Amino acid sequence: MNLNATLIGQSIAFMFFVWFCMKYVWPPLTKALSDRQQKIADGLAAADKAEKDLAQANDKVAELLKEARAEAQGIIELANKRANQIVDEAKEQARAEGDRLKVAAAAEIEQDANRAREALRTQVASLAIAGAERILGERLDEAANSKLVDDLAAEL
Amino acid sequence: MANTATEYIQHHLQNLTYGQLPAGYQRVDAYGHPQGVLTEPTWTFALTPAEAKEMGFWAIHVDSMLWSVFLGFVFVLLFRFVAKNATAGVPGKLQNVIESIVEFVDTSVRESFHGKNPLIAPLALTIFVWIFFMNLMDLIPVDWIPGLATLAGIPYMKIVPSTDPNITMSMSISVFFLMLFFWIKVKGVSGLFSDLALHPFSSKNPLGKVILIPVNLLLETVSLLAKPVSLGLRLFGNMYAGELIFILIAMIGWAQLPLHFGWAVLHILVITLQAYIFMTLTIVYLSSVHEEH
Repeated sequence: MNLNATLIGQSIAFMFFVWFCMKYVWPPLTKALSDRQQKIADGLAAADKAEKDLAQANDKVAELLKEARAEAQGIIELANKRANQIVDEAKEQARAEGDRLKVAAAAEIEQDANRAREALRTQVASLAIAGAERILGERLDEAANSKLVDDLAAEL
Repeated sequence: MANTATEYIQHHLQNLTYGQLPAGYQRVDAYGHPQGVLTEPTWTFALTPAEAKEMGFWAIHVDSMLWSVFLGFVFVLLFRFVAKNATAGVPGKLQNVIESIVEFVDTSVRESFHGKNPLIAPLALTIFVWIFFMNLMDLIPVDWIPGLATLAGIPYMKIVPSTDPNITMSMSISVFFLMLFFWIKVKGVSGLFSDLALHPFSSKNPLGKVILIPVNLLLETVSLLAKPVSLGLRLFGNMYAGELIFILIAMIGWAQLPLHFGWAVLHILVITLQAYIFMTLTIVYLSSVHEEH
C-alpha cells in the first residue's frame, strides 16, 4: 500500500484515454445516435402523413363511388324510360298498321262483293230474259225489256 | 510459495514493484533466504513487501500499470471499433450494447451537468467503463493469474488495478485538477477565491464579511480537499475489501465454492455501483465549479 510513481503513470494514462475517448469515441457514437433519432422522427412523421393521406384518399374514393352510383342510377332510369318509349312507339305503330290492313281488307271485301253482286245482277237479267223467252216462245225485244229486267235486277 | 495464511494474504495484496534499492541494502527473498548485499544503487523488482517499501516514491507498480493500461486499451479500442462502424441504421448487437452504455452515461451527464463542456461526457464514459473493467478483474478467481505469474517466476501479480490506492487516487486527483482548471477557466481566480471565501457564511455588513473570510476559507478548503481524497479512497476501500474477502474465502478449502459464487454475485453489483458512483461524483464535482452559487 505504498503511494509511489504509479500515481503519475496512471494519471498520464488516464489523460490519454480521456483524450482518446473525447476525440475518437464519443463524437461518432453520439452522432450515430442523434442521426438515428432524426431518422426515426422522420419515419414517424412520414407514417403520420401517409395515414392522413390514406384517410383522405379513402374519403375521396367514397365520394367518387357515391357519384358514380348516382350517375349509374340516372343512366338506368333514362334507359328504362327510353325502352318504355320504344315499346310504346312500336305498339302504336303496330296498332296503326293493323288498322290500316283491316281497312284495306274491308275495302277489298266490299269491292269483291260489289263486283259479285254486279255479276250476279247481270246474270240474273240474262237468266230472266232467257226464262221469259222460253216461256213466251218468242223473242222479246231485248232492248225494250231490258229496262224492265234491269229494274227487277236492281231490286234484287 | 505461501506457507501460512498471513503470507498467503500478504502475497496477494503485494503489488509487483519496480524501483531502486539503495547501496548497502541486504536483500532477502520471500522465503527468508539472504540474497546478498547490494554494492551500488540498483533498479530491480521488489522481492518482498519490505523491499517495495524501501524503494520509496520513485517506484512503480508494474502490475497495476500494465493491467490498467491494458484494460484502458480494451476500452478505447472496443469503443473505437464500434464508433468507427456505427451506423444510424439498424445497429448490430455489439453496437447496441455500446450505445446503451453511451446513452446511460449521456443521460447521467445531462441530469447532473447543466453547463456546456464537451469534455465532461467523454470523461464520464472513460471513467465509468475503465473503472468497471478494472473492477471486473476482481471476478477472476484470485489464484489464477498470480498462480501463473508465480510459475513464470514473477514474484507478485495483483490483477485488480482498482485495489491499488495509487490507481484510484491518481484518477481522483486528475479529476480534482480538472475541477480546479475549469473553476479558474469559468470564473477566474477571483471567482475561485470568492467561491471559497464568501460561503457558506455571508454577511451584509462588509466588516462581517471580512471577519467571516478565514472561517469560510477553512471550511471550504477542507471540504474541497476532502473531495478527491474521499473519491479515490471510496473506490479503493470498496475494491480492497472485496478483494480481501475473496482471498479469505479462497483459503477455506472446498467450502469456498458456494461462498465464492455468492460473493461474486454480490460483487457484480458492487463493481458496477462503484464505477457508477465514481462517474457520478466526477460529474457533480465538475458541475459544481461551472455553476454560480
